[in-house]
Amino acid sequence: MKFTEEHEWLRVEDDLIVVGITSHAAEQLGDVVFVELPDQGAEVTKDEDICVIESVKAASDILAPLDGEIVEVNAMLEEEPGKVNDDPMGEAWFFKMKAADPSQMDDYMDEAAYNKFIG
Amino acid sequence: MGELHRTPLFDLHVALGAKMVPFAGYDMPVQYGLGVMKEHLHTRTAAGLFDVSHMGQVILHGDTYEDVAKAFERLVPMDVLGLPEGRQRYGLFTNDAGGIDDDLMFANSGDHLFVVVNAACKEADIDRMKAALEPEISVEVVTDRALIALQGPQAATALARIAPSVADMKFMDVATVDMMGTEAWVSRSGYTGEDGYEISIAANHATALCQALLDMDEVEAIGLGARDSLRLEAGLCLYGNDIDATTSPVEAGLIWALQKTRRAGGDREGGFPGATRILGDLAEGVARKRVGLVPSGRAPMRAGTQIFAAPEGGDPIGEVTSGGFGPTFEGPVAMGYVGASYAMADTELYGEVRGKRMPVKVAKMPLVPANFKR
Repeated sequence: MKFTEEHEWLRVEDDLIVVGITSHAAEQLGDVVFVELPDQGAEVTKDEDICVIESVKAASDILAPLDGEIVEVNAMLEEEPGKVNDDPMGEAWFFKMKAADPSQMDDYMDEAAYNKFIG
Repeated sequence: MGELHRTPLFDLHVALGAKMVPFAGYDMPVQYGLGVMKEHLHTRTAAGLFDVSHMGQVILHGDTYEDVAKAFERLVPMDVLGLPEGRQRYGLFTNDAGGIDDDLMFANSGDHLFVVVNAACKEADIDRMKAALEPEISVEVVTDRALIALQGPQAATALARIAPSVADMKFMDVATVDMMGTEAWVSRSGYTGEDGYEISIAANHATALCQALLDMDEVEAIGLGARDSLRLEAGLCLYGNDIDATTSPVEAGLIWALQKTRRAGGDREGGFPGATRILGDLAEGVARKRVGLVPSGRAPMRAGTQIFAAPEGGDPIGEVTSGGFGPTFEGPVAMGYVGASYAMADTELYGEVRGKRMPVKVAKMPLVPANFKR
């Protein structure tokens, strides 16, 4: 599993990359009340804002971690945004994407480096 | 920015694991371990304890209550003179342009008027009172007392264990009662839409009182985050967001706070700052009004969201001044100002969120029914 400085996690699942936000990020956000997911099939560019998470406190963006295509989104989050707090690293994944250049993954942190990053 | 002030309950907040944030110059708890959502729901179903010691507490003394009341009426468009002893009222400091410089609570405490003002405005409010009232009336700023609020349907049961007489108080009653061996100034009021109390108590007794309340099963500590969502559902204004120096009390839907005796034809008509505009607004109506707003979708519409009459084109006809998620309402809630012709309940409007116009409906406030002990 890889981690971005934007507190996203990326997990390789067959030929797709599953993306969500970390437990640390979910805790910092507080109770999540709304999630806006990208369109399935959308072509996205690395660092583009593609999702919105609204917590009781504020709205935050999720960036596309890689260039590629959104293949699947986790529609459950639109109905049950609180899942992001309950199980951010598991059930509450945001989207699955097909990376145009999987080597972009290499830039991101491993778990040990991420834990150090969040201190 | 200077050093943040601390309330007498600072150490307790830290011991309870609160997340502290700067607010109006104070280091204040925004949430505790439960988090905003659960703290909000706990207050609506049981009892929540809030530290509001950052607010300003002021005592106004004159030869008689009548002298104080008449002098204070020069600053507010309220009936102060007719307020019975042991009762509290909501008030507004208006400015010469008819806008609102702060909102406040004032109580007839027998030989004096007790005033509670917002933290962010308190220096200006104190200066205003001193300039307008001294030397005839003494303006005593209370700096050695904490102010705490206990709110929720089980607040009365909880507080009555410490001071049984509070159970007999009605909404907006004030009383001086003994609490754990010290004098507490209690009002049956609050800022959540729930039954409850605000309690002024000597700073060195505040932690013990809070600890005694927190030891009860019904009571949890509640931060500023839930305080904001509770008051929003209750349709209560946040000064600086929903009312400010440019909004008249009539635009703000606070006509109920302007007693008849200060209006046109009343015994003590006018005689407060901005009377010309405010009485004019009452007579002629206003171009914009504060309304409740309920987004149809799940996306919150935050303060600053522009409101439109149509799904495309046209200029904004209003703006959200407070908005977020209502945990009891179980959906997004907001309030804001719209053109008067759009202010009828159920009017369908559109709020622009991240460049997209989303449907939103005008709604009667409060959005969650109030639960006062009348």
